[in-house]
Amino acid sequence: MTALANSSSSRQPISFAFLAQVILIANSFIMLYPVVVMVLSAFKTTGEIFEHPFALPDFTQVGNFAKVLGETAMPTYFVNSIIVTGISIVLILVLGTMAGYAVARYESRTNTFILLFFLAGLMLPLKLAVIPLFILLRDLNLLDSHWSLIVTYTAIGLPSAVFIMAGFLRSLPAELEDAARIDGASEPRIMWSVMLPLARPPMAIAAIQNAVPIWNDFFFPLVFIQTDAYKTLPQGLTTFMGEYTTDWGMLFAGLTIAAAPITLLYIALSRQFIQGMTAGAVK
Amino acid sequence: MAHVSIRDVRKSFGSVSIIKGVDIDILDGEFVILVGPSGCGKSTLLRMIAGLEDITAGEIRIGSRIVNDVPPKDRDIAMVFQSYALYPHMTVAENMGFSLKLKGMPQVEQKKRVGDAAASLGLTPLLDRYPRQLSGGQRQRVAMGRAIVRDPQVFLFDEPLSNLDAKLRVAMRAEIKELHQRLKTTTIYVTHDQIEAMTMADKIVVMHDGTVEQIGAPLELYDRPANRFVAGFIGSPAMNFIEGCLEQDGLALPSGTVLPVEAQLPVARGSKLTCGIRPEHLQIAPPGTPGSIPATVAVVEPTGADTTLIVKAEGGHLTAVLRERSTLRPGEAVALKPAAHQAHLFDEQGGRIAAA
Repeated sequence: MTALANSSSSRQPISFAFLAQVILIANSFIMLYPVVVMVLSAFKTTGEIFEHPFALPDFTQVGNFAKVLGETAMPTYFVNSIIVTGISIVLILVLGTMAGYAVARYESRTNTFILLFFLAGLMLPLKLAVIPLFILLRDLNLLDSHWSLIVTYTAIGLPSAVFIMAGFLRSLPAELEDAARIDGASEPRIMWSVMLPLARPPMAIAAIQNAVPIWNDFFFPLVFIQTDAYKTLPQGLTTFMGEYTTDWGMLFAGLTIAAAPITLLYIALSRQFIQGMTAGAVK
Repeated sequence: MAHVSIRDVRKSFGSVSIIKGVDIDILDGEFVILVGPSGCGKSTLLRMIAGLEDITAGEIRIGSRIVNDVPPKDRDIAMVFQSYALYPHMTVAENMGFSLKLKGMPQVEQKKRVGDAAASLGLTPLLDRYPRQLSGGQRQRVAMGRAIVRDPQVFLFDEPLSNLDAKLRVAMRAEIKELHQRLKTTTIYVTHDQIEAMTMADKIVVMHDGTVEQIGAPLELYDRPANRFVAGFIGSPAMNFIEGCLEQDGLALPSGTVLPVEAQLPVARGSKLTCGIRPEHLQIAPPGTPGSIPATVAVVEPTGADTTLIVKAEGGHLTAVLRERSTLRPGEAVALKPAAHQAHLFDEQGGRIAAA
C-alpha cells in the first residue's frame, strides 16, 4: 500500500518535468531555427538556398563571405557599428553608474525626483520624438555623423542603466562604505575601489541590455545617416537587397557576420548576466 | 593610545532626539563597554565617536583634540562592524592592507604590518583567501586584523560578536580581551549582551533611551545598581522585583511576608517601594518559615552547574538560582527566603534608596 502510494505520488512530478522539458526543447528549437538557417544559408549560393533549403551546405564554400568582405562596404559598416555601439555603451555605463551611485548612496531631497525623472525616460519611446530630435541634431550640426547616433543611443540607454545600477547599489551594505571611510578612502575612491568592483553583474546587464538593441537598430541610422561611410550594419545590409534581384547567400553571410559580435559578447557576459538577474534570490 | 572624553553630546534626527546629553570619560587604555537594549542610542553614539554621524550638540575629544568636525579617516580610530564589512572582492591580505595602501605606505612596510597582524591572529595561512571562503569566526578575526594593522589610538567595536554562534562567541570574547591586554589600546565596545559587558569591560556604561543610566565597574553595577533599570538589565537571570509597602516593621510584600529593612530610610512609612532580589539570593526554605515567601514551583531548569527555579508567588513570578541540585517538581509548594541584607530597594520613580 505504501509502495503504491509512493509510486503514484512520485509519478506526477516526473510527468510535469517531462512536459516542461518538451516545451523548453520546442522553444529552443523555435528560437534557434532561424539562426541555424541563417548560418547554413550563408554557405550556399542563392540557387542552392531555394533548391535545398534544409540541406547541410559545403562548409568549405566561403565565397559569400569573401564577396561580402571584399566587394562591398560591409567592413566599413562593421567598424561603424562597433564605434557607435562601443562609445554609446561606454557612455551609458559611465554616466549611468555615476548617476545611479548618487541616487542610491547619498541622501538628498532631490534624489527621488531625479530617479523618477530617469524612470520617466523609460516610458517615453524616443521614436515618437524623431522629428524634433532630427531638428535638434540638425541645429547642433550632428546629422550624418557617428555622434548623431551616439548621443541618441546614450540618451535612450541611460534611464534603464540608472534604474538597474541604483537598484543594485542600494542593496550593498552601508557598512562597507563606512568601513572604507574609516580606512581613509575619499568618496570617489569608495565608488571606484569598493562599490564598482561589486557592481560588475548589474553593469553587465546594463551593457548587454543596451548593446543588443543599439547594434541591431535600423530606425535612427535610416533617419540620421545619408553618407555611406557612416552607415551601420543593419542599414548597410539593406543595400544587399536589390530592387529586382537579391543575392540571398551574400545577404545571409552579411547577417551572420553582423550577428557574431553581439552573440559572442552575450556568451562572454552571460555568466555575470545570469548572476545579476538572480542576485538576491538566494542569500 | 588616547583618552576619549564625551561632553554633553546630543543627537537628533529632525525633532526626534536620539542621544539626550551624554557625558562619558574613557581613560587611556581602558576597555569600555556601552550596553543597553536595542534603540537606546549606543550604536549611534559609537558612530558619532567614529565620525560616521554628525554631532548635533556637545563635544567629543580623542586625546587632546576636539574631533567634532574631523572626518573619520583623520580621527586615528579603527572600527570593527557587526557585519564585519570586509570588502568581498579583496583577499584577506588586501582587506587588511587597504588602509595602509590609502595612506601611501611603502609596499614592504605594508606587507610587514599585515604579516605581523595576521600572525598575531593566526590568519597567516588565510592571507590569499577571499572573505566568502572564510568561516564566521575567521571573518571576525580578519575584521579585527584590519583594525590592528593601523595601530590606531582607539578601537571601536560595534556588536562584533552578535553574528557568531554561542560557542564561538565565548571563544572570541576571550580573544578580544586578550588582544586588549596585549595591545593596551583604548577600546570602546558596543553590545546589547550584558554577559559580554560583564565579562570583558573595565568599565560599563549602561544606556537607556538616549541617556546614561550608570557608569561603573562590572561588579559595582551588579552590587549597587543606581536604579531599577540597571538592576533589571545587568545580571542573568534577571533580578526579581516585588512591589511592597513600607510599614513600621519592614517592607510588606503582597504575600503578607514582611521583609526587614534598615531603620533609617529616607522615605515616609506607607510609601510604595520595589524590592529587588537577585535570583541567587533566594533560598529554598520549608513552607511556613518566618520571613519567607510562599510559592508554587512552575518550571525547573537544571543547567548542570546550578538549577534555575521559576516559581509562582503572590504578585508575580520569581526566579531563584540554586547551587545544589533540586528534586523539586512543578506544582510543589515551596517557600523562598531572601538572604539577609541582599535586597535592593527602589522608590516609585525607580531610583535606588538603599539596601534592605
